[in-house]
Amino acid sequence: MIRSDTSPLRQQLRRSLSLLAGVLLLLALTAVSADAPDEALDQAPGEQGAEATSGPSVDTLIRELPAGNFNDRRSVAEALVETADPRVADILSALADGRLLATGDDPPRILIRDADDRAAGTDAITGESVAADVLADAARIPVHNPLRNALRSLVAVASVADERPERRIRSLSRLIRDGVDPDFLPFLEERLDAEDDPRASDLLKTLLAVAHLETGDEEARVAAVATLSGSLLPEARRALAATATDDPSERVRQGAAEAMEHVEARIRFFRFSENLFFGLSAGSVLLLAAIGLAITFGVMGVINMAHGELIMIGAYTTWFIQTLIPGALSTSILLAIPAAFVVAGLVGIAMERGVIQFLYGRPLETLLATFGISLILQQAVRTLFSPLNRPVASPEWLSGSLNINPVLSLTWSRIYIFVFAIMVFVALILVMKKTSLGLKVRAVAQNRPMARALGVRTGWVDALTFGLGAGLAGVAGVALSQLTNVGPNMGQAYIIDSFMVVVFGGVGNLWGTFVGAMGLGVMTKFIEPQVGAVLAKIIVLIFIILFIQKRPRGLFPKKGRAAES
Amino acid sequence: MLTRRLLTSDWGGTFVLGLLVAMLIAVPIANLVVPPDSPYYLSSYWVALLGKFLTFALLALAIDLIWGYAGILSLGHGAFFGLGGYAMGMYLTRQIGDQGVYGHPVLPDFMVFLSYEELPWFWLGFDMFWFALLMAMLVPGLLALVFGWLAFRSRVTGVYFAIITQALVFALMLAFFRNEMGFGGNNGLTDFKEILGFSVQARETRVALFLASGIAVILGYLACRYIVTSRFGRVLIAVRDAEDRTRFSGYRVDHYKLWVFVFSAVLAGIAGALYVPQVGIINPGEFSPIRSIEAVLWVAVGGRGSLFGAIIGAFAVNGAKTWFTVAYPMFWLFALGALFVLVTLFLPRGLVGLFRRRREGES
Repeated sequence: MIRSDTSPLRQQLRRSLSLLAGVLLLLALTAVSADAPDEALDQAPGEQGAEATSGPSVDTLIRELPAGNFNDRRSVAEALVETADPRVADILSALADGRLLATGDDPPRILIRDADDRAAGTDAITGESVAADVLADAARIPVHNPLRNALRSLVAVASVADERPERRIRSLSRLIRDGVDPDFLPFLEERLDAEDDPRASDLLKTLLAVAHLETGDEEARVAAVATLSGSLLPEARRALAATATDDPSERVRQGAAEAMEHVEARIRFFRFSENLFFGLSAGSVLLLAAIGLAITFGVMGVINMAHGELIMIGAYTTWFIQTLIPGALSTSILLAIPAAFVVAGLVGIAMERGVIQFLYGRPLETLLATFGISLILQQAVRTLFSPLNRPVASPEWLSGSLNINPVLSLTWSRIYIFVFAIMVFVALILVMKKTSLGLKVRAVAQNRPMARALGVRTGWVDALTFGLGAGLAGVAGVALSQLTNVGPNMGQAYIIDSFMVVVFGGVGNLWGTFVGAMGLGVMTKFIEPQVGAVLAKIIVLIFIILFIQKRPRGLFPKKGRAAES
Repeated sequence: MLTRRLLTSDWGGTFVLGLLVAMLIAVPIANLVVPPDSPYYLSSYWVALLGKFLTFALLALAIDLIWGYAGILSLGHGAFFGLGGYAMGMYLTRQIGDQGVYGHPVLPDFMVFLSYEELPWFWLGFDMFWFALLMAMLVPGLLALVFGWLAFRSRVTGVYFAIITQALVFALMLAFFRNEMGFGGNNGLTDFKEILGFSVQARETRVALFLASGIAVILGYLACRYIVTSRFGRVLIAVRDAEDRTRFSGYRVDHYKLWVFVFSAVLAGIAGALYVPQVGIINPGEFSPIRSIEAVLWVAVGGRGSLFGAIIGAFAVNGAKTWFTVAYPMFWLFALGALFVLVTLFLPRGLVGLFRRRREGES
């Protein structure tokens, strides 16, 4: 609100401007702190209260920044870093960017201009926001390129003392990458005692050890090698490798070589774990894609070539629900699971009642008819929606990854899908073993006439069984919509793989499907690093073709209402 | 006499062969002799199209021979068709010589582009027509021999066989998509210039290729007919109807299946070799599983278990496809899908079954 009093126009303008600046600053602060707290260059005043009491000497040093020439400024900056004051990193990076201003008062006020908003700024010493007119009157503290470069690494060192662990870790990683000025080693060693975050502490130790390898005496180098043998960082490995060949001392060289071997062994182990995880993750995708087929093909003996399209229907259901309730990603995904089951299941029941029931006992005809249905479903989706892929968003908890160490990181989406696949599998086993539907399904599969004689409505059981298999395909579609593109052709990518899994595992055996999916997934991921993705797929296909020669009924053969005789 | 054995009590076959011969006479005249402004003139587009249909008919014959008579459903016959096509494509590519974009005397354009130093060993010899033709039969035949030997020996039958043939053709597709394979990768082989010294684009060459395809279909038909009317063919039918009983009667079922499978693969390879010069391109798309399944549909539509039905089916489905993709491109896949469903539900013996009394027992 602007007061309309009788003061001169200029004063009024100035007030309104400062008010505007204040509002903008507030906005900028909230926006910045909401988005990425560690990017924030202005800190809220209260935040640093605790450590800002580091005495007047730091404040004096800050006030000395504008005085003297570039070299003076540099020594002041170095002295500032030595104080380990949490404000220093922001001040120095502002100075390097030319955003550090000084007023003409005596002593001068030092101001930091906001990086995003030229009209907003804070006081470097108190952290309070500054009116725009004060900011406009202040002069930029000059820097030149050599000073700017020096300031960059000073900022990194200063950030090691930052109170936010994320920021400390980032600056430490940067120092490890770029190297550190030996003058700061004592300062960094002091920080080691104060460091309470385990990750930052590890990084700091690695940083010091890498530095000591270059500059320390023999004892220090031996100790550094011992420290580095526990590190998986590529820089640590590089430093060790250099030491193993170039170090003047035989003892250090040998120690470094041994440490290298130790590190390599650990890396091999983690690479192996990573491959295993990728394999299990690929296996869980295969399991999801194949589990419905394990019912329709495995238990009922129906060759359903439209299985991939049922997966597609599940994925499109996910997309549809997401467009119905935008903004609630987690809810829509959770809602999509039962919805996809019902939609795909109903389509499956319609298929069974409309076409497949007339073709029992004629597997080859079933194959052709369901292939025709798959073409119709694909084209229907293309006509109804679009031939283009539909965007399906992932909720936040599905993105990002779990970083275990520098070599091994697991993406959350794959972890969740692995868990989800297991859950679906267990649920299916329970349905088959514990419910009356499951009992009837197994009875019909084993001996249809006898089941009918005992009063099982076999036609009804057939329809429900097929619906169950189709519904599971729909559920798989929900999960796959989080991993791959959702489009009319997505089903075709899975149909051959799914059949391979079921045939490999043994028709009519759910555990066979589980073992088959995981086995093929792990196998593919272990071949892939050697020969590439396409060749790995070909090798696996050839392997299955050969495997079927040896065991035509799969890993775990079982009797059932099999496709032939 | 042989013709009597092949064609007596084969009214449909005689009729279809008659139509084919009439077409082989009429089409060249309508294209080469009739002046372009006459209503009876047939453009080269149609000659190439009919020629393409003829190669499809040959492929359908190959599939019907094993599916209709030996009960082997192969969903991977596109593999043999494609391999035959690639053999011919390699010959045509080598015939380009220095007329390519890069003008290299030996290496095809894509190899110059991928900076090959010299021709890979498996491209040697393909500058000779007879060698390419031999390979177009030998390579599919060998693949079928190895694959069939493995499969039939361990009694992989029915849908299992169908699925692993599908996997075979899928694996081939993935392999041929790779640039490192040395077959032109994604783009395949194209931009052909000459065949046996004649321009591929010339009207006369197109008519000659059309005639060659027609003659191949007729000879292929007679050969298949010879097989199914022989003692060998009777055993095949026995295998189709009661495999175990045939085996128990002392027949080596796997040998019968293997040889008919290899013969069928060779036929498919010839069809592919004739197909490529007429369409002017061969790429890994020929190995896509849907193409192989579509070929099975031709047979199902025409009438499984009647050789001339396969020829009719290939012409009917591909004719419909050509018409639909021009008139209603949106609806072709609906029509194709519906065709699959309706034929299996209501026309288990295909179009031929509509006209034929059920003299033979249901299969």
